[in-house]
Amino acid sequence: MLMRSLKSLFYLLILALIQPACAFASVQEFALDNGLKILFIEDHKIPLATFQIWYKVGSIDEPAGKSGMSHLLEHMMFKGTAKYGSKVLSNMVQRKGGMDNAFTTRDYTMYYETLPSGSINLPIEFEADRMKNLTLKDLESERRVVMEERRMRTDDDPQNLLYEETLAASLKVQAYRKPVIGWMAEIAAITRDDLAAYYGTYYSPDNTFIILSGDVYPDKLMPLIKKEFGPVRPAGDKLKRVNTVEPGQQGEKIVYLESESAELPYILSEYHVPSFPDKDSFALDVLSSILSGGKSSRLYLSLVYEKRLAIEASADYTDLSREPFVFIFSALVAPGKEIKEVENALDAEIEKIKSVPPSADEVQKAKNQVEASFEFARDSSYSEALYTGMFQILGDWKLKERYLGGIRNVTAAEVQDVARRYLTKENRTIGYLVPRKREGRSE
Amino acid sequence: MNKRIAMLAFGLFTMCAVWCIPSPSCALDIKKEKLPNGLTVLYVERHELPIVMATMLIKASPLQENAEKGGTAYITSKMLSEGTETRKATDISREIDFIGASLDTAVNDDFTTVSLSVLKKDVDKGFDLFSDCVLHPSFPADELVRKKELLKGSLKQKEEDPSFVASKEFARDIFEDFSYGRLVEGTLQSIGAIERADVLNFYGSFYRPENAILTVVGDLSREELDKLLNRSFALWKTTGADNGSTVDPKLPPVLKGPRVEVIDRDVTQASILFGYVGIARDNPDYYAVQVMNYIFGGGGFSSRLMKVIRDEMGLTYSINSFFAATKYPGRFKVEVQTKNESAGRVIDEMLKQMRLMKAESISNQELQDAKDYLIGSFPRRLETVRKTADFIAAVQYYRLGDDYIDRYKDYVAKVTKEDVLRVARKYLDDENYVLVIVGNKKKLVLSK
Repeated sequence: MLMRSLKSLFYLLILALIQPACAFASVQEFALDNGLKILFIEDHKIPLATFQIWYKVGSIDEPAGKSGMSHLLEHMMFKGTAKYGSKVLSNMVQRKGGMDNAFTTRDYTMYYETLPSGSINLPIEFEADRMKNLTLKDLESERRVVMEERRMRTDDDPQNLLYEETLAASLKVQAYRKPVIGWMAEIAAITRDDLAAYYGTYYSPDNTFIILSGDVYPDKLMPLIKKEFGPVRPAGDKLKRVNTVEPGQQGEKIVYLESESAELPYILSEYHVPSFPDKDSFALDVLSSILSGGKSSRLYLSLVYEKRLAIEASADYTDLSREPFVFIFSALVAPGKEIKEVENALDAEIEKIKSVPPSADEVQKAKNQVEASFEFARDSSYSEALYTGMFQILGDWKLKERYLGGIRNVTAAEVQDVARRYLTKENRTIGYLVPRKREGRSE
Repeated sequence: MNKRIAMLAFGLFTMCAVWCIPSPSCALDIKKEKLPNGLTVLYVERHELPIVMATMLIKASPLQENAEKGGTAYITSKMLSEGTETRKATDISREIDFIGASLDTAVNDDFTTVSLSVLKKDVDKGFDLFSDCVLHPSFPADELVRKKELLKGSLKQKEEDPSFVASKEFARDIFEDFSYGRLVEGTLQSIGAIERADVLNFYGSFYRPENAILTVVGDLSREELDKLLNRSFALWKTTGADNGSTVDPKLPPVLKGPRVEVIDRDVTQASILFGYVGIARDNPDYYAVQVMNYIFGGGGFSSRLMKVIRDEMGLTYSINSFFAATKYPGRFKVEVQTKNESAGRVIDEMLKQMRLMKAESISNQELQDAKDYLIGSFPRRLETVRKTADFIAAVQYYRLGDDYIDRYKDYVAKVTKEDVLRVARKYLDDENYVLVIVGNKKKLVLSK
């Protein structure tokens, strides 16, 4: 259930990435003198509301040797303040029938509470309190919890391990090369002082915004928000960021991972690409949809359906990203097939779209999928807030209009063009996961 | 969705939802009727968004399967969209994808669902595809070969996940030959044994209007729904076949003492599953059990297991307990992961907490918190159009009553501390259980 919840959360993240062609609910924007921004998305269809607070700090901002700090701090935010002890907020929210959680990404850390709208005042006071007064007590037990999380998600999951290794090889300089959860030795090395300094810098109103969505009324809630968050001091000049730029790749790189835990070979292939709002980002988005949006997409039809070489095949492009990231192909090799055959079939699909532009129908299908996914995502106050926030984290929620316009204007020739320019051998890193024999394995 | 994407972010923790849940005062105007062909239709009009969600629940699951052909219910459902009398598999996926819709199937221990998500503007096309797949599947032989291959490959890959391995072994141990003890997908061997005739036979026996429930929720007027039904599911003819509803499943064995199974894997963390056969959905103690379990291990950070084993001891990322309330008594399980070296400590502490639940009454505050959550969280079960469609189908399947949504609050409210102690003593068992541990034998530290 845990994983399923996370997966659905990420499904929403994906939906957010492939934004659609129709109107968002209207957003009302407010700001406090200390720089805190508040966005309201009113929707009174049912008596539920979501509060989200977004801190613009993620693994990209972590100093050398301290990977995993953003995520560990996220955990520590639940360990309480002088006024409210560990998990008191969670317990209060549950008493009202609500749920709360948080997650950390490469680019930001987001905390949220969804609850009956009559209780939406509750998180305002609590979130303001933990933005100011975190005690950072009981670090050692929480560090152990995070280490267990890493074992569960990465160390004992061969595909995720390959992902981590391949990304670290693909990006030699840029900060996205570090895993969000952190390297185990570095999770161990983070001190309370490190966390306190990090918290003091990034958990400040001028590095933060709030989104309230669902059954909420700005005139009722703004006075409370001003009272609770108004006194928090901005970080001002302390907010410095180091921008790392990935130098051009000098040729293909290969990661080879043998694992006793792996049952089937698995391949990853990563290409450096720009992110939104680069002019190429829209065509890259449509490209990923043509290649892997549904069972009628090219990779499924070719690798899974016709050639029967793979169990799954996909192409993912994360365009909403603070810095340039990678375009990722992945495929799970079918039993009895060779990883090389799958790699060749992936290459053949890439060559095909480079030599012949996609059909008008394929481009239209990609646009329709984007549009529909957006309408479906509006079904919940949480997801509606989520993808407004994903644009706000890049500077302005209004960027979504630019995004939608960009997607609508993509042509078949542009899709072919970005495939030609970015999907080249010298621009890629390939990761191979190869099962190693284990005694007693059923073959 | 791709697993690698899930790597982008790390959540703090997500609460374990309870199956087919609660409800307070969230009145829903549900229209219910039975079509002349026997199909039950439930309909809720919601016009806020231009979307329509439909769920077809079919009373077909591994309960009706022959164990040697385990996976027949699952494969039958997955074959629905792989070809009809007038469409090829590739036509179906192309048409669905082109309108940005989705047509998914799922099978659980008790039933099968086929779900359509579609934009209002494409609802005619969506219903056409949906009903074509449910009413006129052709089960092409070559598509069945493909589907079986994919399914076997995917099952093999899942063996990489220690929690999956633990869960599979655990179910088999507690249920033995009863169908709840099998994966709904079947095994490599049983999938291999399924032939086209088995799928045709299963479909013919159970995919019938009087054996199904259709829910439609969303931006659709009554007239529009009637028009859609009149050219789709109203034309569904009953075959008069025996639907096997009288199946008398072999009930699971009674456990005597602990049964411990350790599976050796090269892992850093032990995946632990503890439990036995619990309760059925129609058990009169259901609500008291939900309250008790929320306090014990089902209530996220509010549960005793999370408070002690995660928050105080720092021994796990997540621990939860769960009663599956199914048609027949389902599994009760406690699930936890911890590094190999602390497996014994975690199991001991879990058992200690279990004994405490049975020894002493809970506090007034705990009782109140649990009830407040179970009652107050109900509106979230019906937050979205999709959730509403699935929820009301399950309410109908489990015969919870047309007034269930209104009455749920009272069912929970009347649970007392005494009830909780009584059901803790009755349904928590620290002596007779199955314990499955997937871990590294060289590093595992277990008690005794």
